[in-house]
Amino acid sequence: MRLEVGSIFIKDVRLGEQTVIDRGVLYVHGEELVEKLRVDDRLASVSVEVARPGESVRIVPVKDVIEPRVKVTGSGDSFPGFTGRVHTTGEGRTHVLKGMAVVTVGPVVGFQEGIIDMSGAGAEYTPFSQTVNLVLDCRVRSGLTQREHEEALRLAGLRAAVYLGEAGRSVAPDELRVFESHPLGQASDCYPGLPRVAYVYMLQSQGLLHDSYVYGVDAKSMLPTLIGPTEVMDGAIVSGNCVSACDKNTTYHHQNNPIIEELFLRHGRDLNFVGVVITNENVTLVDKERSSSYTSKLVAMLGVDGVIISEEGFGNPDTDLIMNCRKLEARGIRTVLVTDEYAGRDGASQSLADADPAADAVVTAGNANALIALPAMERVIGQLAPVEKIAGGFDGSLAPDGSVVVEIQAITGATNELGFGRLSTKGY
Amino acid sequence: MAEPFRVVHYVNQFFGQIGGEEQAHVPPASKAGAIGPAVGLEAGLGGHGQVVGTVICGDTYFTENLELAANQVLTMIAAFRPDVVVVGPAFNAGRYGVACGAVAKAVTESLGVPVVGGMYGENPGLEMYGRYGYFVKTRANAAGMRQALPEMAGLVLKLGQKQPVGAPEEENYFPRGIRVNYFAGERGSRRAVDMLVKKLRGEQFTTEYPMPVFDRVAPAPPVAAVSAAQVALVTSGGIVPKGNPDRIESSSASKYGKYDLEGMAALRADTHETAHGGYDPVYANADPNRVLPVDVMRDLEAQGRIGALHRYYYATVGNGTSVANAKKFATAIAHELQNDGVHAVILTST
Repeated sequence: MRLEVGSIFIKDVRLGEQTVIDRGVLYVHGEELVEKLRVDDRLASVSVEVARPGESVRIVPVKDVIEPRVKVTGSGDSFPGFTGRVHTTGEGRTHVLKGMAVVTVGPVVGFQEGIIDMSGAGAEYTPFSQTVNLVLDCRVRSGLTQREHEEALRLAGLRAAVYLGEAGRSVAPDELRVFESHPLGQASDCYPGLPRVAYVYMLQSQGLLHDSYVYGVDAKSMLPTLIGPTEVMDGAIVSGNCVSACDKNTTYHHQNNPIIEELFLRHGRDLNFVGVVITNENVTLVDKERSSSYTSKLVAMLGVDGVIISEEGFGNPDTDLIMNCRKLEARGIRTVLVTDEYAGRDGASQSLADADPAADAVVTAGNANALIALPAMERVIGQLAPVEKIAGGFDGSLAPDGSVVVEIQAITGATNELGFGRLSTKGY
Repeated sequence: MAEPFRVVHYVNQFFGQIGGEEQAHVPPASKAGAIGPAVGLEAGLGGHGQVVGTVICGDTYFTENLELAANQVLTMIAAFRPDVVVVGPAFNAGRYGVACGAVAKAVTESLGVPVVGGMYGENPGLEMYGRYGYFVKTRANAAGMRQALPEMAGLVLKLGQKQPVGAPEEENYFPRGIRVNYFAGERGSRRAVDMLVKKLRGEQFTTEYPMPVFDRVAPAPPVAAVSAAQVALVTSGGIVPKGNPDRIESSSASKYGKYDLEGMAALRADTHETAHGGYDPVYANADPNRVLPVDVMRDLEAQGRIGALHRYYYATVGNGTSVANAKKFATAIAHELQNDGVHAVILTST
């Protein structure tokens, strides 16, 4: 599978008369965009605002972040199974509006969404303080169940990204990168002498606001399976997931999975990147046993020497992480785990809910319980009131002046377990 | 120069110049000023800190009267109003190490004053009490005093002057198990691939999170007469009266609630809900008995299969809640349940 990814660098996003990219500026026809979203009659209103890096803006409560992309050649659409045909994607050419993102906002459950600050101390912890964000504050009509509400917001974000991505279809990209993976039979023999490596990509699948989708299929109902790394770049995996926003993969994280990027980078140099196995994190023991056994078997069938396993979430999924690790190591397949920690605000507690001596190589993305003080912002997109209820907030989190004290758990992407950021933890 | 900060040094009978093993039985004694290693330590403080007192205790006395001795020593140390407390270094001396560790624990918990010590890696005191102080890595015997004292003095200086202490590898102390965030040079995905490449090549690598050792709790013996037992419900599933009156956090709970079940045949969607942010709340909110099975308990009560359902239930949120908080809640809840004559508890999680 060969995918060309052409990045169009977007320096700014402005509302305008038509949706078009001109010299690195994306102009957005706001009314037309909202009209496109209103095909879903569950949406009562959508307001469109732009938030730029360095501005005094707080976006809360954040549901999802999506990068606009468009399929220029090759089958499939940007988010197969949601916004177009379910054709297999990951080949041909894709254009990316790089440097910007669509952010959907609105309380679904009310305590399971995140915070993005565009400046101040919190901005260091979220990658989305560095993107120009087109923020969609979505309100739904009354009488919807939370599931319908979640789906309406999820689809609105994807549709907006598709609509904006279309503006990049015929724009010459500023940067072109090519990603190619070989059929399994050949892949194993590609680089004799280099260790063969696969990636075990765990997808959150615990229920409402803890779900992920693969080609439109709810990940909790799938068996672990193979996926091409370039399919992931084309939006084959979609997030429905934002509770404890620090370590949940937004759709943007999936589109830009840094482990896949890194494995491609080192492919042929330090290792032979053979393939990706996606698996889920269901809540029952029987599901955990089945998925971890099936995952380790699939990886063994790939004939690799080692894997990177990334977790999504914490607590309950720590069990899936450790099961995957234990079963793979027992087969002689070496593992490196990427996780984050819940070591308490003082950092003195045990960090994971499960552990095993086989997990001797762990990368940590930080202690999510660490407290942070966020200054008041001049502008709030969304609503400030849920701050005290969202995971990582507490009674007294929100001061009357609009400043906030929360655990970094509440910040979208702060301890991302794909290793998207640089945050880590040391034992003192 | 500002007034020097105040240091109190704890040593055993040998380093306190009372005597060798034949004096190991002596009870704690308090002396003004620096004695033994405290003299060398003070020299390393460059006048910024002063050893105002030395507390000395025999190793045998301490370990044979652990709690009493720790209290006696604590009282003597507190009387000097220290800013920093120093213990040892104990090298690989087991009883001395345990005493130093127990003093560190008492000082940390009661005075909230930082503790600096020194031990050899295999000293049992380190495993028992290592988290209660900055223990520099020393050699196995007193020949390591010359190396240990300047390193300990460096830490004392920083703590006394309220300066931040560097990472364990920078300051040569044993990690206390406190997890501190920092921004690494490379992002996590790159660190992971680097680590995997090293692991596959058989090269040395350092895990960023050494696996913890779990507590194992032995199951309690079965309840002798369930049909006569008073049974309580306790949950980490976040079931609270509607509106969450105690405002228990949706994640990282800092508290638990105690709620009355008097007169309730079952929980209902309009009376109870979950405050838990870590699972799909739809089913729990539609029927809170799914997480806190009051309905079934009432059935069992009516059928005489249990004696009675305890009048109160306890609830917290187990989502991202630290083990330390969970232990604290459990201790308090268990204490109340015992006082209330409860014989058995059903714990429900999610």
